[in-house]
Amino acid sequence: MKALRGLLRKEMYHILRDRRTLVVILMLPVVQVVLFGYSIRTDVRDVRLAIVDPVPDHATLELRNRFTAAGVFEIVAVVPRTDDLDPLFQRGEVQQAIVFEPGFADKLLSGEAAGLLLISDATEPNTGSARQMYARAVLDAYERDLAAGGQSMAVRIVPQVRMRFNPTQESSNLFVPGLMAMVLTIISALMTALSITREKETGTMEALLVSPLRPVQIIVGKVAPYLVIGFISVLLVLLEARLIFHVPIEGSVSLLLFEGLLFILVSLALGILISARTSSQRVAMMAALVGTMLPNQLLSGFVFPIESLPRVLQLVSNIVPARWFVAIARGIMLKGVGLTYLWRETLILAAMAFILLALSARSFHVRLE
Amino acid sequence: MTTTTTDQLAIEVRDLTRIFGRFTAVDHISFDVRRGEVFGFLGANGAGKTTAIRMLTGLLAPSSGSARVAGHDVYTESEAIKSDIGYMSQRFSLYEDLTVRENINLYGGIYDLSDSEIRTRAHRMLDRLGLEHAAGELVGSIPLGWKQKLAFSVALLHEPQIVFLDEPTSGVDPITRRQFWELIYNAAQSGTTVLVTTHYMDEAEYCDRISIMVAGRIAAMGTPAGLKEESGVESIDELFVRLARPDGAAARGGAES
Repeated sequence: MKALRGLLRKEMYHILRDRRTLVVILMLPVVQVVLFGYSIRTDVRDVRLAIVDPVPDHATLELRNRFTAAGVFEIVAVVPRTDDLDPLFQRGEVQQAIVFEPGFADKLLSGEAAGLLLISDATEPNTGSARQMYARAVLDAYERDLAAGGQSMAVRIVPQVRMRFNPTQESSNLFVPGLMAMVLTIISALMTALSITREKETGTMEALLVSPLRPVQIIVGKVAPYLVIGFISVLLVLLEARLIFHVPIEGSVSLLLFEGLLFILVSLALGILISARTSSQRVAMMAALVGTMLPNQLLSGFVFPIESLPRVLQLVSNIVPARWFVAIARGIMLKGVGLTYLWRETLILAAMAFILLALSARSFHVRLE
Repeated sequence: MTTTTTDQLAIEVRDLTRIFGRFTAVDHISFDVRRGEVFGFLGANGAGKTTAIRMLTGLLAPSSGSARVAGHDVYTESEAIKSDIGYMSQRFSLYEDLTVRENINLYGGIYDLSDSEIRTRAHRMLDRLGLEHAAGELVGSIPLGWKQKLAFSVALLHEPQIVFLDEPTSGVDPITRRQFWELIYNAAQSGTTVLVTTHYMDEAEYCDRISIMVAGRIAAMGTPAGLKEESGVESIDELFVRLARPDGAAARGGAES
């Protein structure tokens, strides 16, 4: 115990005296939340809208007002002819256009179908269709209000899409769970692998191995501090996400933290495994990047939805720990569900932690032989 | 030959062998080291010295053969060996980002010394090395020669029966090497057995007995004086060259570069 305490203290000295690395590990997640939060947005906001209204009447003016009032659109141009739109789209001054046919109000009143064309810049298909959706919502509301006002009109049934769990379609709500997985991977897998291989490089690991310390003590002494730092990091990310982006945590916070701990254990075990098979920090870094960071980022549903991956990669994603953690974190944070719904994912993560920890302890032991 | 009983032996090695794949790094070596002896383990780089030491310190399992270190079997009692030996590798084994005192405390704790034992031994050690003033400095900031001496003293902190030194003097200047050997003598005088590997042949002269390893085997063993007399050479260096290159004499004659 005394020996272990000494080891832990020594590891804390390493971490605290390497100020730059410490700042980087603690600040990285904080900065990333801000970067992801503000720059990588799939939300629809400030859509530059053009209106083609050859013969303005009360209906078209009313709709134009409604678009402005929706808060999402900004009318940047009103032109008389459809042809005038081309240069606007080409220069990127306009992202979406609404073309009213002449006599729009009259047709509405007479019960004929009033024609309206919705044009979107689809260079980014997802945002393009999202903008369409918003525009349709404005039009639907108008139709409903007309119907409620007793206006005779042909009521079209428009399929309605409701966004559940993320009603405001905030992308920050989606990325925070994935970001936590990434941060934990960096701190747990990468930092552990680096700190163990560093001792191999400097030769101090040999000194520890010839001492009466048991392998398990050496491992615990190495990873415990990173467990703590990982935990602090999760708290920081959650706090920041909550305060700046108002990301909800619908479910139990303690369950979320417990699952985080489970995921940290998985990542730590991966870090130990990597360090057992490598002897230089450079190789360990590459192995950690390719072996843990990339799959955790690309195959966890963080960046690309798992459903949209090719079949083979979907299968591969099953062995990526982050996939399960992201599913759990999203479940707890956005849907507010508990273990009743997440027991399968939790069990898989726990099994992974158990198997990987056993493997890493074994591989560490093999190094002694 | 001196007759020795088993309990006078610090290290007893019989036919110790280590095979890596198809390469035999250590090939049936046998030797004894008496208590309090300074035993030199000589050989070129790659001759198998480090592999042999790693087996004796429990870092590496032997492929075959037997060995007892401090009376413990290397196969079955490797844990017991660990607290009876000290070890200093050719790579420096202290933490550069810890202070001198923190390093001492760390290793003292690892070897289960009490706080008061660590305090008195640290004081004595630093006093002897003349490093009292540097106790609070980071090891990374003190000169290499001092680090080397400090690493040796730290390896002796728990007063082990045997200390293994793997090329402890590589890369330090001749004066520091000289001082380092004084430390080794001091340790031997107080009863510690020293097994030291080196490829500096002049250092061989400082040892009580030496063995010269060539390609995994022990090619010669004895006292430095005895070996020189036996083979009629001026220095251990000459003997070493002759052993390491069986065609050495011919090569010298042929002015091979």
